[in-house]
Amino acid sequence: MRPQATAGDLATLAAPAGQGQRLAEVARPSRLGADPWHEARAAWVVMKREAIRFARDPLRVAVGVLQPVLFLFVLGGGLGSLVNMGPHLSLRTFLYPGAAAMSVLFTALFSAGSIVWDREFGFLREMLVAPVSRTSLVVGKCLGGALVSSVQGVLMIAVSGLAGVPYDPALMFTVLAELLLLALTVVSFGMVVAARIRQFQSFMAVTQMLVMPLFFLSGAMYPLSGLPAWLRALTRVDPLTYAVDPVRKAVFEYLHQVPPAEVARLVPGVSWDGWRVPLGLELGVVAAMALGFVMVAALEFRKSD
Amino acid sequence: MQVAVEVRALAKSYGDVQAVKGVGFEVAPGETFGFLGPNGAGKTTTINMLCTLARPTAGTARVAGFDVVHQRSQVRRSIGLVFQDPTLDNYLTAEQNLRFHAELYGVPKSVLRHRLGQVLDLVALSDKRKMEVRGFSGGMRRRLEIARGLLHAPAVLFLDEPTIGLDPQTRRSIWQYIRDLKQAEGTTIFMTTHYMEEAEFCDRIGIIDKGRLVAMGTPEELKASVGKDRVQIQTDDPQGAISVLQARFGVQAALHEGYVTFSVAGGSEFVPKLFAELGAVAVPVRSVAVSRPSLDDVFLSYTGTTIRDAEASGPSEWMRRVAGRGWR
Repeated sequence: MRPQATAGDLATLAAPAGQGQRLAEVARPSRLGADPWHEARAAWVVMKREAIRFARDPLRVAVGVLQPVLFLFVLGGGLGSLVNMGPHLSLRTFLYPGAAAMSVLFTALFSAGSIVWDREFGFLREMLVAPVSRTSLVVGKCLGGALVSSVQGVLMIAVSGLAGVPYDPALMFTVLAELLLLALTVVSFGMVVAARIRQFQSFMAVTQMLVMPLFFLSGAMYPLSGLPAWLRALTRVDPLTYAVDPVRKAVFEYLHQVPPAEVARLVPGVSWDGWRVPLGLELGVVAAMALGFVMVAALEFRKSD
Repeated sequence: MQVAVEVRALAKSYGDVQAVKGVGFEVAPGETFGFLGPNGAGKTTTINMLCTLARPTAGTARVAGFDVVHQRSQVRRSIGLVFQDPTLDNYLTAEQNLRFHAELYGVPKSVLRHRLGQVLDLVALSDKRKMEVRGFSGGMRRRLEIARGLLHAPAVLFLDEPTIGLDPQTRRSIWQYIRDLKQAEGTTIFMTTHYMEEAEFCDRIGIIDKGRLVAMGTPEELKASVGKDRVQIQTDDPQGAISVLQARFGVQAALHEGYVTFSVAGGSEFVPKLFAELGAVAVPVRSVAVSRPSLDDVFLSYTGTTIRDAEASGPSEWMRRVAGRGWR
């Protein structure tokens, strides 16, 4: 039995002499279920599509810059008259890590939500019927969302000077890497939610409902010290806490004008029952969440035909 | 030569509802096979099973030699799919849509360039390759989807209502492209349509009704099997005409689109006899038409309804499936 007789014949028609064989090889499916190189190509092209679509949409980029700038300067400026941060620090600088995280977080959520659009407009079907594993599609989509969000991260870093954060290459790199990790976690979380939702409006409603409390509890807008016990407990179980704190730590390391006692009060770090969680573990928590969400999302999409 | 599609006792139930009740047929390589049936007859369910989008509850099916249950990914690589509803990314260019598809289906980079040009030429979109799809007309989109379905050189191309929602002129041109591609690539085509005149283009037709295959053959064979002419009468008293036909001649007639319609052997000879009877009971006849059996009549005789009546009966099977089960 010669499988793919037609595809074989077709390949000679399809390709110039000498190349016919190559197409025939592809048209004849491999006996192995998954071909890692093919899966990687699929994930890559799904990611590339996100990038192309983002680049095509200058409005999205513009809004992406505007929103955190508003947050920083309007909120930071307005509240600044209410809160006295002392002579060494402006509220804007303190809020900067939170604003950066928020901006990346919403871009990432929006990117994950695009899969709901894809479903509404039928393109998801083109992806789901392809001979690639759902895991590759989910991974590609998550990487694409993270890539787009990191553009947002770069923009946030570009405006960091306005918030009194020094432009130091090492700091910029650290912050970008940490924001990228956060983006990956948020996109994959968004994918888990999107797997069961059919309308973009509901997706936004559900994710806002879930994300706003997480954001408020993360310490993005206030220090993690001196909190009431119940709030303190909640901040410790909020995964976002572990993403915001490293960014703030990094920023404050470069604010040499702020006295150490002040830093200790404003950036106490996360502690579990008195034990101070090291930076590596904080990032590990975020990375583990990202991995967990990607796995759950892949599982959710694998169940569907 | 090996068969392209081989279906044996294939069945699918959703809960208590039996959508497909054991169908069996074969499609030869290079053949254009048309699958016809009223809505809810099991057309789309059958196609979905063949494309590995739905799991059969009984029976087996092989597409391009691969089992649709146990070799899903091989089947998927061997088929091209054009759905009723568009599945293009409107914000990508035509070429970007095709390249995306090529990566998902693992088309080697060495042949991709050539193949892109080839499929775009086939549907006459080469000059539009750098244009975003949102600027495309409905017919151009459908052509691009057909090109995309062919890009990875599938053994079988599935077309689910390829001309639905298009104007007659565009439908004709789409058919021209389908015939061209058949000639150029020899691809086996498995399609559904509810335009009877389009079913004439198929090499063979299968008619499915209430989950069972009720007829199969070439368009000529099917028309010959009906053996009766179709008579349509326009009258001011349709009910009177129907009852005369029933009482005097034992002919079952029904009102379709304002015409009393029935099938009878030797239609031209029958009409004068009928008129004599109708005149006797004073049923005025305004016009009469006798036609040789068309595929519409074949459809009518096997399913008891014309396909247009069937279409008018409710939302499409696919839509209901989506509403009920969603994309999952």
